[in-house]
Amino acid sequence: MADILVLVEHDGGTPRKVTNQILTAARNMGATTSAAVFGKGAAGAAEALGVYGVAKVFAWDSADADGYTTEPRVVALLQAIEQSKASIVLAAADPFTSDVVARAAIRLKGGVVTDANDLELDGDRMVVTKAIFGGEMTSKCFARAEGPQFVTVKPNAFTAEEGGKTSPEVVTLDVPLDDKAKRAPVVDTVEQESGGRPEMTEASVIVAGGRGLGEEKGFELIEQLADALGAAVGASRAATDAGWYPHQHQIGQTGKTVSPQLYIGSGISGAIQHRAGMQTSQTIVAINKDAEAPIFSIADFGIVGDLYKVIPPLIEEINRRK
Amino acid sequence: MRIICPVKRVPDTAATKALADDKTLDRDAGEPVLNPNDEFSIEEAMRIKERTGGEVIVLCMGPEQAQTTVRKALSYGLDGAIQITDPGIHGSDAAATARVLAAALADEEFDLILMGNQSSDARTTLVPAMLAEYLDLPALTYVRKLDVEEGKLTAQRETSSGYVVAETQAPAVVSVVEAINEPRYPSFKGIMAAKSKPLTTKSLSDVGVDAGEVGLENSWTQIVEATPRPPKEAGEKVEDDGSGSVGAQALVEFLTSKKFI
Repeated sequence: MADILVLVEHDGGTPRKVTNQILTAARNMGATTSAAVFGKGAAGAAEALGVYGVAKVFAWDSADADGYTTEPRVVALLQAIEQSKASIVLAAADPFTSDVVARAAIRLKGGVVTDANDLELDGDRMVVTKAIFGGEMTSKCFARAEGPQFVTVKPNAFTAEEGGKTSPEVVTLDVPLDDKAKRAPVVDTVEQESGGRPEMTEASVIVAGGRGLGEEKGFELIEQLADALGAAVGASRAATDAGWYPHQHQIGQTGKTVSPQLYIGSGISGAIQHRAGMQTSQTIVAINKDAEAPIFSIADFGIVGDLYKVIPPLIEEINRRK
Repeated sequence: MRIICPVKRVPDTAATKALADDKTLDRDAGEPVLNPNDEFSIEEAMRIKERTGGEVIVLCMGPEQAQTTVRKALSYGLDGAIQITDPGIHGSDAAATARVLAAALADEEFDLILMGNQSSDARTTLVPAMLAEYLDLPALTYVRKLDVEEGKLTAQRETSSGYVVAETQAPAVVSVVEAINEPRYPSFKGIMAAKSKPLTTKSLSDVGVDAGEVGLENSWTQIVEATPRPPKEAGEKVEDDGSGSVGAQALVEFLTSKKFI
């Protein structure tokens, strides 16, 4: 049976939802799972990881993990892989984490498969199901190189369930960093306001706005609907290019790919470039004035109407029912 | 500065995708285009060149027909191109692609490698970091703002809730997100000039890569199967009466039936 190492995403020692989801998947495959936790608070994560059945935790509790770009974490990950003897490394499909995985894989001559929607352990081989070509096709693939198999997993691909509770053994990593690992220092971290909303790629509900909003102010309404549903806010490229909403919220070909349980598109016509970023969403709802808008062809439910008329009573009714 | 812009030839997102028998993309299905996110790296490279001088070189790995993509990239005002074309590269995954691009740059002098953060077809986002690893260079990825001064690079790297600022010294790999700029359109002059810009075509052996290390058979990942997603049936569509209340009510009922509220 293959041994799996899960690279943990956490906030000051509290594992993120995506990590709990990956740990659940690993446990359900019957694999022996260890976890690698880097950054401030890492050592404190062990108990929370044990709740998901992690046998061993490799912790590197150091400000250097975030003080320099990518490379210190690569060094730490190589150590964790070596000590855990894992042949499979699972990580979140997160941009910065993918960089760490990419470099580690090249150093160890391991293949990388990104953005898994499903995993299946076939002997020692991790077979990955993923969406390709903007969700137009589904493929199964695996890593077959001499090194470990690296897989990044999409948020919400699995449901997190506690189980197999352990008190994991904690191995504290000593990670010596040479000048090379420190060649790209991080000098500042800027948090822009998120209004307490969930992170878009991890959110189970997304409310997105587009050109049909007509003006920047329209996003206030989108945010209100998002808050009523506990959702994240997304935007089409037309809206971000117009400067109505920050670019990191852009869903589509040149922006982010999302697949929430519920996607509500308001004033978004649904051009192919946008659909390439959201058409794998489980339930799609569209609100648009134009009955012929292409988004209706992939919507599970559509309202043909003026979003400025429909959304306010919608918010009111949702809040009333809560 | 001498800037290298790796670019990719991708299928038009609007075109129907098909896989050939060997599970690689049937690149004859639909007219291929320049990867949309490469327009942002090209624009950024041109702005740096216009500010500080130097030259910008396109680097493209692909079949012979990728020359149209290379010429398209050159039409933005770039100075020259290197195209890696070889039967052995067909079906290469991200790591094999990075391996070939790195080999092609082994004998090139450059200060900066500027590329899009993702390709619109594979969207792995792995190549910039892998290329940096092969070249033993620092990489600043997902960059939304880049300052270049005396060989020092300062970048805002986009996060889900803002950005981090990171610094490094050239030479380095930088991948950019679309927030970084608004790409120009190629001018007529640029399109005409692109036809006569120097283009060097190299094979795998020219760049010193053994065909047994890359391509479909030797990539470190393998596709077992690929199937089109079943077509989605359009669902119910409710016409609002102009008051908003009909639409709102219908939507509330739908969301309640699906247990979202």
